[in-house]
Amino acid sequence: MPTDITISNQCYHCGDECLDDVQAVDEKKFCCLGCKTVFEILEENGLSDYYDLENMPGITLKKQTDTGQFDYLNSVAIQKQLHSFQSDTKKIISFHIPVIHCSSCIWLLENLNKLLEGVYHTRVHFTKKELTITYQPEEINLVDLVKYLDRLGYTPLITLADRSNDQLKKVDYLQYSKIGIAGFCFGNIMFLAFPEYFGFEGVDTKLQTFFGYLSMFLSLPVLYAASDYLKSAYSGIKNKHFNIDIPISLGILTLFFRSVYEVISGVDVGYFDSLAGLIFFLLIGRWFQSKTYQELSFDRDYKSYFPLAVDKMEGLAIVPIQVSLLQKGDEIIIKNNELIPADSILLSKYANIDYSFVTGESLPDQKNESDYIYAGGRQKGTSIRLRVEKPISQSYLTQLWNKEVFQKQNRGYQTFIDSISKYFTIVIIAIALISLTIWYWIDPSMMFIVFTSVLIVACPCALALSAPFTLGNTLRAMGKAGLYLKNSQVIEVMSQLTQVVLDKTGTITHGDKSNMTYQGLDLSSQELEIIKSMVIHSTHPLSKLIADHLAAINEVVLSDFIELTGQGLQARYGEFNYKVGSKSFVRHDNEEGLSGTRVYITKDDELLGSYHIINSYRSGLKEITSSLQAKMKLTILSGDNNSEEAILREDFGITEVAFDKKPEEKLEYLKSLNEHGAVTMMLGDGLNDAGALQQSDVGIVVADNINNFTPASDGILDAKSFDKLPAFIALSKSSQRIIYASFGLSFLYNMVGLSFAISGNLTPVFAAILMPLSSISVVLFTTLMVNWSVRKLKLAR
Amino acid sequence: MNIIVVLILISFVVALTFLGAFFWAVKSGQFEDTDSPAVRMLIDDKKPTSSQKK
Repeated sequence: MPTDITISNQCYHCGDECLDDVQAVDEKKFCCLGCKTVFEILEENGLSDYYDLENMPGITLKKQTDTGQFDYLNSVAIQKQLHSFQSDTKKIISFHIPVIHCSSCIWLLENLNKLLEGVYHTRVHFTKKELTITYQPEEINLVDLVKYLDRLGYTPLITLADRSNDQLKKVDYLQYSKIGIAGFCFGNIMFLAFPEYFGFEGVDTKLQTFFGYLSMFLSLPVLYAASDYLKSAYSGIKNKHFNIDIPISLGILTLFFRSVYEVISGVDVGYFDSLAGLIFFLLIGRWFQSKTYQELSFDRDYKSYFPLAVDKMEGLAIVPIQVSLLQKGDEIIIKNNELIPADSILLSKYANIDYSFVTGESLPDQKNESDYIYAGGRQKGTSIRLRVEKPISQSYLTQLWNKEVFQKQNRGYQTFIDSISKYFTIVIIAIALISLTIWYWIDPSMMFIVFTSVLIVACPCALALSAPFTLGNTLRAMGKAGLYLKNSQVIEVMSQLTQVVLDKTGTITHGDKSNMTYQGLDLSSQELEIIKSMVIHSTHPLSKLIADHLAAINEVVLSDFIELTGQGLQARYGEFNYKVGSKSFVRHDNEEGLSGTRVYITKDDELLGSYHIINSYRSGLKEITSSLQAKMKLTILSGDNNSEEAILREDFGITEVAFDKKPEEKLEYLKSLNEHGAVTMMLGDGLNDAGALQQSDVGIVVADNINNFTPASDGILDAKSFDKLPAFIALSKSSQRIIYASFGLSFLYNMVGLSFAISGNLTPVFAAILMPLSSISVVLFTTLMVNWSVRKLKLAR
Repeated sequence: MNIIVVLILISFVVALTFLGAFFWAVKSGQFEDTDSPAVRMLIDDKKPTSSQKK
């Protein structure tokens, strides 16, 4: 939203600028009828508090959708899948509503029962942007409910793909419980160890034994809380794959068994407090790292792109059918802006299919009767009839998704921590064995004490904490600045990038905004009026663009207006014949030097000029390309035609550009880069980049609205933060350096600890001080350093 | 001496109660959504001012 427009010109409901067609109630202005209607509904029901909680909280209703689009929800089978509870008097359903964004939204949606008869109760889950509605099915049906939400601007996004998140809930529950258990035991064991810390002499030995056994008992649940580390270490050893969990588990087990031995034999009280503290800190670190963006979904398959249902012709009747049940030979109807779910043959005369989603080509494709239409296109214009040729599971789009890259889960990246843990383990065991042999000669009774002391004190707790906290902090800082990564491992890969590949349409250009320039003879105001009057009657996207461009021009009455779909417009005004359309339509000889997407205008077959439609590039693109090219290779990979090659090369200084790339070719391109050892980052926006995003080492989706559907990826970049891309890469590099530095720090602690352990002076009290101290200082160090880097790179908002 | 043992066991039971309360809180979903309750509590329950219900 531009900031320079005055408040008085903003829509009271949604905050958009009021252009034409201003609606007003009292002093309040509304940009469209939809916004005004919502205001009136709320006013009438005494819910105008909506506007007091936040300024202009509403959602614009200009992009209203077809009212018939929710009729498929009447189907019993679909209803069954969507509801979480159903009975005759009560139904519960949850919707994902991406536009939920402020406290007014929560307030209004939770007061839905005051607006709608039959709604018992509503509850908003803000983080997940989810609305749960309990309603009375006899008073209101699902379709009306959804339509009402749609009318208010809160259109639910209904898919069958990600409906079950029970699995996730269970993982969350276990994680919190384990932290709770470890914290509980840690506190209580420390409490029991207090006499030991202060070195109270003369404490009853019976009491000491009792405390020892109680600590031992309390440490058993801690071992359960640490079970993930032990399991991971075990599978690591089994698969001969070294990970950080192996030295951790070695330390944990040594701590436990040595302490048990000490308590049972009555020698000492053991190291149970260190053990519990270590595991508590480790679990906190892991939780810190794993808390990411619940509301964003990074793993998607093709199902989430498809509509739930589609209208099917059965005889003369139209019935909604689930897309997964579509069969070869079914006749379906696709309305304006709907996605074509299966490869089919066109039965209507014309169709205007927008394939930007699949191929990246920005202009719609003109199709004629009995043409073959691939799934994934969107119809623009009137409804069309199609005959399904292949069921969804075999269509072109699905085939693309089922390619091998999408099956690959793990790209076999070994993190820095994992690779260093191998050497760490070997060195520690070597040191322990050497000190064991030395002490065998000095004092055999001390030999095993020293051996275990070395393993205990060298336990890589600080090592294991530095990465989670550094990466966790970096992840949060990036999220605040507009880059949402799937997990922290992506940061590590990002720090090693050697090549960045950018998609063109929607990624480095604005998705919907286009610039237009006119080239040719000067047009008189009358001619402009004629052109405007022609294009305003056409539904073709290019006509609409020109009509928007000429918004301020008046209209005149034309005669003999003809539209030849996909070719152009023709009309008569006065004694002249005007044509607006493609080059072949206006039948003008080839003009040299005119390239790109153009609309030609002729007057009595004499060329007046042409409108050139240029995509507008995102701001700051030049700075990004120059700063990226200084450090690594940069390529533009576009599915579009090469009309803008010159601009990209000359104005933006990009040396490598490739055009007319089909989705598979993009994928192959990335594959060949990877085979040549490049670490690649791919930035794309549409489904056409999906394969390339998967194939690249870091696949980032650029989205104008981060809550919209995006292809599966490693991260989502808010388009507003696109100019910060070099800073994000720089931050990933500095976070890697911070990890190295904190390794140095924990190395120092280990040196001190080891010198005590080897000399046979490690006492439980000393361990209880050193181990938490090293952990906490590493956590502090990484947090401060990351914050400092963020500020230095000007990523903080 | 014995009294210490008894006291420690009592404190242990008290602590276990809190641990149980924590489990209950996690299970009932209090850690799932930390954003909306924060907003919800600031919204006043006001009676409709212009009550022209349909």
